Amino acid sequence: MEMKKELEMKKELEAERRIPSREEFKKVMDERFSPEIHARLSSGRIGIAGLGGLGSNIAVMLARSGIGCLHLVDFDYVDLSNLNRQAYRVEHLGRAKTEALKGELMQINPYLEIKTDMVKITAENAVDIFSEDQIVCEAFDVPENKAMLVNALLGHRPDVAVIAGSGMAGYGSGNSIQTRRICKNLYLCGDGITDAGEGTGLMSGRVSICAGHQANMAVRLLLGENEI
Amino acid sequence: MIKVNGKSAEEAEGSILADFLEVEGYSMTRIAVECNGEIIPKAAYGERILKDGDCLEVVNFVGGG
Repeated sequence: MEMKKELEMKKELEAERRIPSREEFKKVMDERFSPEIHARLSSGRIGIAGLGGLGSNIAVMLARSGIGCLHLVDFDYVDLSNLNRQAYRVEHLGRAKTEALKGELMQINPYLEIKTDMVKITAENAVDIFSEDQIVCEAFDVPENKAMLVNALLGHRPDVAVIAGSGMAGYGSGNSIQTRRICKNLYLCGDGITDAGEGTGLMSGRVSICAGHQANMAVRLLLGENEI
Repeated sequence: MIKVNGKSAEEAEGSILADFLEVEGYSMTRIAVECNGEIIPKAAYGERILKDGDCLEVVNFVGGG
């Protein structure tokens, strides 16, 4: 008798833990804004170049926002030194960032389309890699790579919008991190000056603020808002 | 009048963009240059001559992400 009861309770628990259906996800998203807004977000596609402190957090925010297709690009593996600010956990250590992050995003919303490319982005391949993305979030760590991507994409593709990040190291005021529009299709988030280097490490708070600026600008663009 | 990052830079008139950037101390591999609403391709830095009315924004990327 006792065992039967236990079994029934276990079954109930399992039933509660089932993955919600696509329709259930859609319903709660529609209730938050409107079916029109959710439809625009769910038909959107955004590329993310680099899956570190900026990129992994941008991806999580965009997944929660119901962006239908995310294109994740990185060549690196999750390292212990990443856990202070990146959206990974101990169990991801040593795994490819693309796959680890895809797994996390599927836990947030299993009905998103997540495309991954485990490749090092260069001036030569950048245009090809992001050829299907209208919006690309630059989320690299090294300044030369940031400049390379912006120049490569905007030098060849007048139709793409790039949302870049520059200046988010340390623990200075979060209020100094802003979004600027440099020209028609280049947005720049960050304080613009605080370099990561000796004595000024990267911390979760400011990196996440910058990622939030980039994710929000991406959402705004998908919803037709071009101004900052 | 030429404007660079919001400030007037009259001395830049007639200069080649690459020379101007070097004099200003920019590291060529860390920047993107926007002029009058367009990103100037890296390959054009050595040919582009700054002229009256140009409005430049030099984005100098710093590390971290």
